[in-house]
Amino acid sequence: MASSSRAQVLDLYRAMLRESKRFSAYNYRTYAVRRIRDAFRENKNVKDPVEIQTLVNKAKRDLGIIRRQVHIGQLYSTDKLIIENRDMPRT
Amino acid sequence: MLLRAAWRRAAVAVTAATGPKAAAPTRGLRLRVRDCAPRSAVPADTAAAPEAGPVLRPLYMDVQATTPLDPRVLDAMLPYLVNYYGNPHSRTHAYGWESEAAMERARQQVASLIGADPREIIFTSGATESNNIAIKGVARFYRSRKKHLITTQTEHKCVLDSCRSLEAEGFQVTYLPVQKSGIIDLKELEAAIQPDTSLVSIMTVNNEIGVKQPIAEIGQICSSRKVYFHTDAAQAVGKIPLDVNDMKIDLMSISGHKIYGPKGVGAVYIRRRPRVRVEALQSGGGQERGMRSGTVPTPLVVGLGAACEVAQQEMEYDHKRISKLAERLIQNIMKSLPDVVMNGDPKHHYPGCINLSFAYVEGESLLMALKDVALSSGSACTSASLEPSYVLRAIGTDEDLAHSSIRFGIGRFTTEEEVDYTVEKCIQHVKRLREMSPLWEMVQDGIDLKSIKWTQH
Repeated sequence: MASSSRAQVLDLYRAMLRESKRFSAYNYRTYAVRRIRDAFRENKNVKDPVEIQTLVNKAKRDLGIIRRQVHIGQLYSTDKLIIENRDMPRT
Repeated sequence: MLLRAAWRRAAVAVTAATGPKAAAPTRGLRLRVRDCAPRSAVPADTAAAPEAGPVLRPLYMDVQATTPLDPRVLDAMLPYLVNYYGNPHSRTHAYGWESEAAMERARQQVASLIGADPREIIFTSGATESNNIAIKGVARFYRSRKKHLITTQTEHKCVLDSCRSLEAEGFQVTYLPVQKSGIIDLKELEAAIQPDTSLVSIMTVNNEIGVKQPIAEIGQICSSRKVYFHTDAAQAVGKIPLDVNDMKIDLMSISGHKIYGPKGVGAVYIRRRPRVRVEALQSGGGQERGMRSGTVPTPLVVGLGAACEVAQQEMEYDHKRISKLAERLIQNIMKSLPDVVMNGDPKHHYPGCINLSFAYVEGESLLMALKDVALSSGSACTSASLEPSYVLRAIGTDEDLAHSSIRFGIGRFTTEEEVDYTVEKCIQHVKRLREMSPLWEMVQDGIDLKSIKWTQH
């Protein structure tokens, strides 16, 4: 497989964030969004293509996990937390 | 007409349902459990009274009691709950082989987190069972030559209870006191070790005050005096770096549900080089090297393994974040409220467990007031009794401050908004409760409460 381009990495980033925002549990939602942002930011200067590919593969696996867990969370959703009412719906 | 009959039945049920109330105190926190199973068309006899608006769940700030499952852990467990349901001890078919492979993979994940060999990890039902195996197992095995054990006064109830039951069997136990900081005195430990001491058991991070014991130094002392060293690391594993070889730990207890794993699983690390012999508590088919018979619950241990792997990857990130949030919580509370004491040494301290005493405020009433935040005063296992926590008593806290302590837990999923909300509500309610307190009034007037002679009526 050809090494991932900048565009592919950005697409993956956007897809992960988009999917994470669909978590119905406040704590999981905020954690996923925050962790994805911080992880991509932390690795933004990695130059070695092998390492980039490893990171991208891990991110793809994590995207799969997020998709499944978002779905399960929605099947078993419950009431919102006390601070979700007052929060602006940003995360 | 069928509908009217159903409504009439429901109305009767509602009036009948306001009978005996539940005995357990719920702080007005009886939450709605959404039942996802399909309902029948006829309302059940226990139909609830019409609800008063949406119920909002409280924030969870009690991570020392238990932690939510990390989604990555649940994702790892589900295949073994749905399709790969074999018994890992079945040696004759693929269901058993795949289940066994998963169990061994989980064993490797747990071992790698603490720097151990996979053969040294035994899966149990939790840290309580691990503590029982470690303490009773070692003591009983070496019973003929060694009859003395050492532990501390701030250990978890299961350790203290195991020691008490061993005392009934004829063993001698020294309960080391702790200093005001919550940390043991190493010289006292050295002095307490006798020629017939078989085991020293000291927890790594305390679950009530978050104090970190000097494990590496204790390990050094124990190995030089040829005494086995057991540590209950339930609150420390996956949160601070631990290495059983660097710290010379011989036995360690691990709990699944404290590290974002499932409840009902744990592990005990038992050193093989040099070999620590342990008498098994649970007899049976010889699983887990004969030390813990019984079918190993594959989905649960897969969850434990996944939780350990995630913890290893996220340890640094989580620690940095939790330290920042803890700093924020403590600073904001202390700058807005006077007379707040943090229990436990501020330096040798795990940041995610903050125990604060608010003077002139009763702890239970503050907990009742903070009904939108799930908090605890002291540990879950002692919260049923009205006595203040024995850990706080051991560090020498005054009786009245011990009654007014609250434990704030900050974990991987805690957000800044949750911390800010908790701080805001805490400040608001402490101020309100202090306004109502006659003791506070007297203190404001400059009276020294210790000098008062309280008369009996």
